[in-house]
Amino acid sequence: MTTLPAALSRERTRRRSYSAASVIGTVCVSLLLLLYFLAVAYPLFWMVISSFKETNDIYSRTWSLPAQWMFSNYTAAWKQGLSDYFMNSVIVTGMTVVFNVLFSAFSAYGLSRFSFRGKHLILALLSAGLMFSPQVSLIPLYKLVQAIGIYDTHWTLILPYVAFKTSLIVLLIRSFFVALPKEYEESAYLEGCTSLGILFRIFLPLSMPIILTAALQTAYYAWNEFMFAIIFVDSDAVKTITAGLMAFRDALSTDWGVLMAGLTLSALPLVTMFVAMQKVFIRGLGDGGVKG
Amino acid sequence: MTHRRLTPYFYVAPSLLVMILFIYYPVVQNLQSSLFDWSPFSSDRRFIGLGNYTRLLQDSLFYSALKNNLLHVLVSVLLQVLGALVLAAVLEDRLLRAVAPLLRTVYFLPVLISVSIIGLLFGFIYHPEIGLLNGFLRSIGLEEWTTGWLGNSKTAMLAVISIGQWQGLGYTTMLYIVAIQKIPQELYEAGRIDGCGRIQSFFHITLPQVKEIMFVVTVYTLSQSILVFSDVFVLTKGGPGDASQVLSTYLYRKAFVDNEMGYASTVANMILIITFMLYLVQSKLFNTGRER
Repeated sequence: MTTLPAALSRERTRRRSYSAASVIGTVCVSLLLLLYFLAVAYPLFWMVISSFKETNDIYSRTWSLPAQWMFSNYTAAWKQGLSDYFMNSVIVTGMTVVFNVLFSAFSAYGLSRFSFRGKHLILALLSAGLMFSPQVSLIPLYKLVQAIGIYDTHWTLILPYVAFKTSLIVLLIRSFFVALPKEYEESAYLEGCTSLGILFRIFLPLSMPIILTAALQTAYYAWNEFMFAIIFVDSDAVKTITAGLMAFRDALSTDWGVLMAGLTLSALPLVTMFVAMQKVFIRGLGDGGVKG
Repeated sequence: MTHRRLTPYFYVAPSLLVMILFIYYPVVQNLQSSLFDWSPFSSDRRFIGLGNYTRLLQDSLFYSALKNNLLHVLVSVLLQVLGALVLAAVLEDRLLRAVAPLLRTVYFLPVLISVSIIGLLFGFIYHPEIGLLNGFLRSIGLEEWTTGWLGNSKTAMLAVISIGQWQGLGYTTMLYIVAIQKIPQELYEAGRIDGCGRIQSFFHITLPQVKEIMFVVTVYTLSQSILVFSDVFVLTKGGPGDASQVLSTYLYRKAFVDNEMGYASTVANMILIITFMLYLVQSKLFNTGRER
């Protein structure tokens, strides 16, 4: 403690002597941060502004505010198919989240609370999914979904999405379940609770934060997935947003304002969710480690 | 009693079944499929052994796709592994405490927006006539740099790679920020008292403390670059010519445009081998990290 004043005065002299260099450094760093800020924010800002313009206005006055604010672009985009794509995305994402979280919680529970033959093999199989990218199984999967008759339905996306997200979510929930104290379930067993009852009445309520993280991660993936969405679905009535926007572009190649409105609308759900639940979202990204 | 013994298997069954059906079975099928010459529209399925593999090793398009992936790897490692770390350290600096939350949020926004939205938006930004990029270049007097970014075979791949950076940098930066926030503040205080400047404390405190997450980010970035599909597909579909073809789009083209399913499976298996090696490296690094 006695050295603290001395250290502080040393710190002060150091700061004074380096001040010129550090001012230049600070200015350069701030400029770079500002440039990167503009490079990210301006295209998004431009997208939103252009979504209120007429096509001619986008073409001739690219950089200006709308001559006339075309709120009708949004209703037009919604009516010209976006509402269907939206509903499909909501259904596919919702079902994927429900099935994946439920199945993964079951597996995590089985793996963390029971000992049984083949447990290590099953754990290995459940977690090794991380090694395989969707590309690798794409072609047999394309044949498979046709053979079992789910091609061009919502299930053709939901089931593969669940499969490819299982490993990450099982590992996430399992690491939480393993850490839960044994006493809770022992007293519950004594009172005649079944193992399923213990999972639903004790484990799941206790692990709500991790379940929320798991749900967010799965939703993020299912909402944005692109490759399966364009290959396993053919008809417009089943397409999710990511695939639907491609069809939307082809249909609206001359109506840019409406297309921009469609892009803005499609970006809104996740952006809103992020702004509302930033903490959970970021912790989820940290916990889950690696997405994709 | 037998009922009790079967219980854990019921818990793991749903996840396991979905994964076996939609990941493991297709991966095995794909190995077999690569030994045949077949198309989805004819029943003619000819066994050709390793014929597809010898053809692949002489296929110049395969090599140019691989080269594009490696270019993606190079740029992504520089920006998303190294650049993101510096950016995260700067954003966590005390000097920026007031603006860092805003910058962090904005830098992260592109992560939340699906590739098809970003792809279509950048279609406008790269547009030869009205595009924002050319407009910007003209306004700062670099008229001669303007080009049709996606239509020019020299710039198409770079334009695609740039989008990957625009979208991905915020994500890896956020992973680093989460890691840096876990570093005990006392380390930095001790460093300050010892007279460590910002740059010294970055190299002596931050860098060693985030080493582990840096491995994760590196492996993640590498696999993202090897597997890149949607960015290319939305923006250029691999064109012009095959200038921006990457492994995954080449696989798509062989399977769904040229109908050479067996050959496409072979490309998929090359992707499997590459990602599998990455996975091995990752688990090796992680195990040595834990033993320490």
